[in-house]
Amino acid sequence: MVATMTIGERQVALAISIFVALCGVVLAAASGSDPLLVHGIIIVLAGVAGVFIILRDYYAPEPGPERLSRYYDEPIKAGIIAALAWAIVGMFIGDWVAWLLAYPDLTFDAAWSTFGRLRPIHTTGVIFGFGGNALIATSFHVMQRTSRARLPDQLTPWFVLAGYNLFCILAVTGYPMGITQSKEYAEPEWYADIWLVIVWVVYFVLYLRTLARRKEPHIYVANWYYLAFILVVAMLHIVNNLALPVSLGSAKSYSFFSGVQDAMVQWWYGHNAVAFFLTAGFLGMLYYYLPKRAGRPIYSYRMSIIGFWGITFFYVWVGSHHLHYTALPLWVQTLGMTFSVMLLVPSWIAAANALLTLNGAWHKVRDDATLRFMMVAAVLYGLSTFEGSFLAIRPVNSLSHYTDWTVAHVHAGTLGWNSMIIFGAIYYLVPQLWGRQRMYSAALVETHFWLAVAGLVVYVFAMWNSGITQGLMWRTYNESGTLAYSFVDSLVAMHPYYIARAIGGLMFLVATVIGVYNVWMTIRSVPAAEGRPVADQPASLPAGEAAAPARG
Amino acid sequence: MFGTHYNLERRSIRLVLAIIVAASIGGLVEIAPLFTIHETVEAAPDMRVYTPLELAGRNIYIREGCYACHSQMIRTLRDEVERYGSYSLAVESQYDHPMLWGSKRTGPDLARIGGKYSDQWQVAHLRNPRDVVPESVMPEYAFLARASLRVDDLPAHLAALKRLGVPYSDEMIANAASDAFGQASPDSDKASGVRARYGDATLVSLFDGDPRAVTEMDALVAYLQVLGRLTDVAHRQDDMGGSLE
Ligand code: HEC
Ligand code: HEM
Ligand code: HEM
Repeated sequence: MVATMTIGERQVALAISIFVALCGVVLAAASGSDPLLVHGIIIVLAGVAGVFIILRDYYAPEPGPERLSRYYDEPIKAGIIAALAWAIVGMFIGDWVAWLLAYPDLTFDAAWSTFGRLRPIHTTGVIFGFGGNALIATSFHVMQRTSRARLPDQLTPWFVLAGYNLFCILAVTGYPMGITQSKEYAEPEWYADIWLVIVWVVYFVLYLRTLARRKEPHIYVANWYYLAFILVVAMLHIVNNLALPVSLGSAKSYSFFSGVQDAMVQWWYGHNAVAFFLTAGFLGMLYYYLPKRAGRPIYSYRMSIIGFWGITFFYVWVGSHHLHYTALPLWVQTLGMTFSVMLLVPSWIAAANALLTLNGAWHKVRDDATLRFMMVAAVLYGLSTFEGSFLAIRPVNSLSHYTDWTVAHVHAGTLGWNSMIIFGAIYYLVPQLWGRQRMYSAALVETHFWLAVAGLVVYVFAMWNSGITQGLMWRTYNESGTLAYSFVDSLVAMHPYYIARAIGGLMFLVATVIGVYNVWMTIRSVPAAEGRPVADQPASLPAGEAAAPARG
Repeated sequence: MFGTHYNLERRSIRLVLAIIVAASIGGLVEIAPLFTIHETVEAAPDMRVYTPLELAGRNIYIREGCYACHSQMIRTLRDEVERYGSYSLAVESQYDHPMLWGSKRTGPDLARIGGKYSDQWQVAHLRNPRDVVPESVMPEYAFLARASLRVDDLPAHLAALKRLGVPYSDEMIANAASDAFGQASPDSDKASGVRARYGDATLVSLFDGDPRAVTEMDALVAYLQVLGRLTDVAHRQDDMGGSLE
């Protein structure tokens, strides 16, 4: 990575690394006996590691100007590998906590290994580690290809990627030590949050700088989605994490908001994390890789526009559907419900636009597991948004809220939609980026696909059953007009479903491991492809085929 | 319309601005009024703040991720009110930075757990839930009884909350560490100060039964025992026959 940078960039990188290490020193020194000490040390180590990596190749020859005739793909490769590593960690912990709900003693007699501390490692690991790295890596790929321009420099993408992963590491090492704000999907504490703001602003500017260099007059749809993802996540992150640290030497902070206002801010954040992290960014992925792999232009330009603006505008209203029948004023709940139902329209337009793109290419879906990953993702996107709009209806939510039905919905979305599109994109990208003729084993891609689908189905059906059972048991009355079941009765009824879910999750985890093995073997042992496809380079030259051009 | 868009997507800055506008409206409309409209939070003049020990317990509750399995928000539904007690009011979490309403009930709601069980039950249950409820899937928290509570930074915690609007007095802040000790040591001379500052109804108890040290177990149990009891405005609401569905 360092060898691809200019000397000037290496110097800046060195300065940044030293600065990061110094920040770590300050935090560690201020921390006293606080667990912040460990994070101070981790930050120092990250900075020092940066220094070492740079110095190792500091005197390597500078890259020549011929680099400018190629896309800058090294950070994309690193991002993909990071995403896969996080996938394994996050899903492993996910399956562990799944087993803990069936057999609570499958753990150590230690604070760090209790359910409450492990669970956020799962959610952060998969959403931010796996999902986030995949988003960053694919966005670097898509922004270059659709702009037919190389990334503006060799340093910024590495800063974004490394900085983002430092944030993820601070997050998941904090939870076992008990460092958390308790806000779902925003658990990391103030110093990690500030760091993420810096990284994110740089990421945004990088995106704009690349777009500014574009050789295509139009900004392709996928980029709208990635832009919305970056921008809105910044807004959400900054507002929801406003907090006052107890002191500079304390990891603990207190949120600016309290009670009902905090609840609304948190779920405005929480649902839009779903909307702009797990949906908008991923639609960017879908809108680039699916047409590419199918070899067909996106079905409708107009549907793209309506879908995009509908999603961007409607989603922001729906957070209050997480707070039905609570102390939140009723008018906000009603608004949340109404917009959630309306949201189904742009969501389905977006999904239909992707699926209709496959018209005329269905034989490819049959034969090509990579394309099938993407197709299943689009279908599950449609299903989980349908389910979401349904769950947002107040009377339905009165049953589903607090139960495993939510968990079923979450994993239909994250396993069926997010994971599937990521793996589709990865199978598309890996041979191309590493210049290989093909994936190491097509059979293993098939195996991954079917095992993942099976795991997904088992997981989601188990949780639907347990969620609805739970919800019904809690509200069932017997003839004398008293509640029929104690809480513990419902707990006992969950047991078989919890085992089934843990098995479904295990299947999905094994499928992922197979995928990672396949990627690894592709990089290591598949012979290099002959030459680079002519179209795959930045345009200063006459434009070849533009990225999946739209038609009206 | 599509023609306008055709131009919009040629200008990255305009596209960015359009996205910001589109994505801001909903949040502004829904969130801003919550800070200004008075009816959002009921009045509860009798409501007290968390004692330092309870606050420390609350921070342990957060640290351990209890909120991942327990909600603290009883909805306005008949079965919930019958199972857990009067539905939760906004005012009851007005000092909760952040709120802990939760989104998942792997275990029961805890909004009104205070006073439901004895201190001994809570301690035994936290040490190993399956000793008390054999079917339970709750983790064991025996280690809390082994960890002595850090109290030296409590004044800083109270001071931070005060800056965010929680009405702690300077006296409360200055005595935070000794009040934490006093609340868990009924026989010490520090116990009376706790009642003086936080009201006579404040539960002063040995909590984990061990007079020798103030542990994290003491703090957590003190917190659990005050849940739902900072104000009794919710119980008065029952008499008024709030609207259930
Ligand atoms: C894995 C999920 C889980 C976690 C994490 C968890 N609990 Fe529980 N909790 C349960 C379950 C299930 C029950 C019901 C069975 C029982 O009473 O043990 C329960 C019951 C309780 C009860 C009794 C409620 C009643 O009305 O009978 C209390 C009090 C409690 N938990 C407190 C806590 C505290 C405090 C923590 C954090 C230190 C915590 N729990 C963490 C699952 C959990
Ligand atoms: C191997 C596969 C997986 C398994 C076994 C698994 C298991 C679990 C378990 C046991 C929980 C806790 C549920 C509870 O508290 O009752 C959970 C929650 C969650 N998981 Fe997963 N998971 C997996 C994959 C994923 C992936 C890939 C994602 C995201 C990309 C994801 C996102 C989430 C989220 C967001 C929650 C929180 C849900 C909520 O609070 O309602 N999971 N998962
Ligand atoms: C039209 C689109 C959608 C709507 C209207 C919607 C609606 C909902 C509703 C009503 C809940 C339950 C809230 C509760 O009772 O606590 C929920 C939870 C959730 N949804 Fe969706 N959903 C949509 C799409 C998606 C998608 C595509 C994903 C993931 C990829 C997703 C991820 C989640 C997560 C992670 C939660 C759990 C939050 C938590 O409690 O921790 N949703 N959604």
